[in-house]
Amino acid sequence: MSIDKDTVKRVARLARLSVTEEEAESLKGELNSILNWVELLNEVDVDGVNPMTSVVTQKMKKRDDVVTDGNYADRVVSNAPASEDNYFMVPKVIE
Amino acid sequence: MTDLTSLTIAEAREGLAKKEFTATELTTSYITAIDGANELNAYVTKTPEKALEMAKASDERIAKGEARPLEGIPLGIKDLYCTKGVGAYACSHILDGFTPEYESTVTQNLWDDGAVMLGKLAMDEFAMGSTTETSYFGPVKNPWRAEGESIDRVPGGSSGGSAAAVAARICAGATASDTGGSIRQPAAFTGTVGIKPTYGRCSRWGMIAFASSLDQAGPIARTVRDAAIMMKSMASVDAKDTTSVDLPVPDYEAALTGDIKGMKVGIPKEYRVDGMPEEVEANWQQGIDWLKAAGAEIVDISLPMTKYALPAYYIVAPAEASSNLARYDGVKYGLRVNGNDIIDMYEKTRAAGFGSEVKRRILIGTYVLSAGYYDAYYLRAQKIRSLIKQDFEKAFQSVDTILTPATPSAAFELNKEITDPVEMYLNDIFTVTVNMAGLPGISVPSGKNGQGLPMGLQLIGKAFDEETLFRTAGVLEDAAGILEAPTKWW
Repeated sequence: MSIDKDTVKRVARLARLSVTEEEAESLKGELNSILNWVELLNEVDVDGVNPMTSVVTQKMKKRDDVVTDGNYADRVVSNAPASEDNYFMVPKVIE
Repeated sequence: MTDLTSLTIAEAREGLAKKEFTATELTTSYITAIDGANELNAYVTKTPEKALEMAKASDERIAKGEARPLEGIPLGIKDLYCTKGVGAYACSHILDGFTPEYESTVTQNLWDDGAVMLGKLAMDEFAMGSTTETSYFGPVKNPWRAEGESIDRVPGGSSGGSAAAVAARICAGATASDTGGSIRQPAAFTGTVGIKPTYGRCSRWGMIAFASSLDQAGPIARTVRDAAIMMKSMASVDAKDTTSVDLPVPDYEAALTGDIKGMKVGIPKEYRVDGMPEEVEANWQQGIDWLKAAGAEIVDISLPMTKYALPAYYIVAPAEASSNLARYDGVKYGLRVNGNDIIDMYEKTRAAGFGSEVKRRILIGTYVLSAGYYDAYYLRAQKIRSLIKQDFEKAFQSVDTILTPATPSAAFELNKEITDPVEMYLNDIFTVTVNMAGLPGISVPSGKNGQGLPMGLQLIGKAFDEETLFRTAGVLEDAAGILEAPTKWW
């Protein structure tokens, strides 16, 4: 299976990465090289094999449903490139 | 007085306890050494004032007879760990200016045990690489050079800054992290000891995520004992990480008995890969002979899924990375590049903030997770992981540990032109299976090659049996002899 430049651009869009025509062209080659290599996995018979979900069997830990942390909105937004009144600022989303 | 930076953690601990020198003196020696090693580019952030403040507090505790296990020991921290009030960038432009408001569990454990922070150490961007050349802050140079040469070599990666700093004696020990070999490969390239413990042994809370089902914290140190001392402090059960496993942390130093009589050591035939350099093969044989001489029994084993581990890794890791790195959107922290609308802002921010290797992996990950491909790629790779794990489970029915080379070569030259990403990925061929199965692995120096460059052997252990790894690695270290420091050229 090999992917074309349009697929690279579509996937880049899904990943929210802008790519130039030139980058898409060179990424096409690199991604195909990786995808061709992983084709090797098709040799393996995986019928009836369960996917690995954890390294050791352990019950999912659950904590008590109580508030243990919070009330410091100013610290949450302290690294934001743009914030106002403890809100994250983004370009207008709704017309 | 001897140069205090020449002391191992165990020696410094003893010297501090006997009041031969103070934590402040020890820390000052390191700060001076760091300032004289800018050429290596191992540190991305230096925190000398914080270090001296912490050392002063350590001196006060020592004076009061209240020294903790790592009291006054100066450490370097991989840039991947969130450190409160000190920048954490994972060596990426996209985390420009990010100053965490909280401390990672692993680093908090170290400070709670009295350690001193010297600064943050360079790495491949988001831990994606095997050379530390993908760091936004420029490549790190390996303190080791081939005999009679003045050519710069890579320290390996992704924890290249940690490995270089430990080898160059500009920290007593360092934290690192390992997703596919990022502790063990740089340790092998720099003549240092690096252990990736079992997945779940250390908390991942506050570690900048790459591939969450593979990432694990661990130390890089000069000796097996030092690595055991650090591991004991780094590991913990943590309610903040649901994958941290509820098991008590053993005293790893106590495991260093030097006695491996009757231990069964497996030698997997699949690790004899085509084109493996003669010196790597010979070094492996040397390791086998050393363990045999110490009374171990050598057992030939087979791990038939070995050749599928690396391609399966290059599905699982990018898939998880594409999901983890979705959070970098120019809104919450780090870099923002303005655009015409919010989507344009996301796309421009991410295009400007991520380097080419990171972009490549995000795209592969996005592709393999996209509609219609999930079963063919990610699900299949996760099934192959189960088979890899079963391979090891079967092998560990007849052996206690497995001995392999750590890397397919010694440290190579900086700026080596590699156009095919797959060729670069082969660096992790011996280490990546261990991450896929979640097992512990340690890389220990095993002498030098013909050019005078360090080489390393890897021991793989049963889940949560790091003690056997430390004990066996200690025997290899005794046989190989602890490497002297690299000749200072920087």
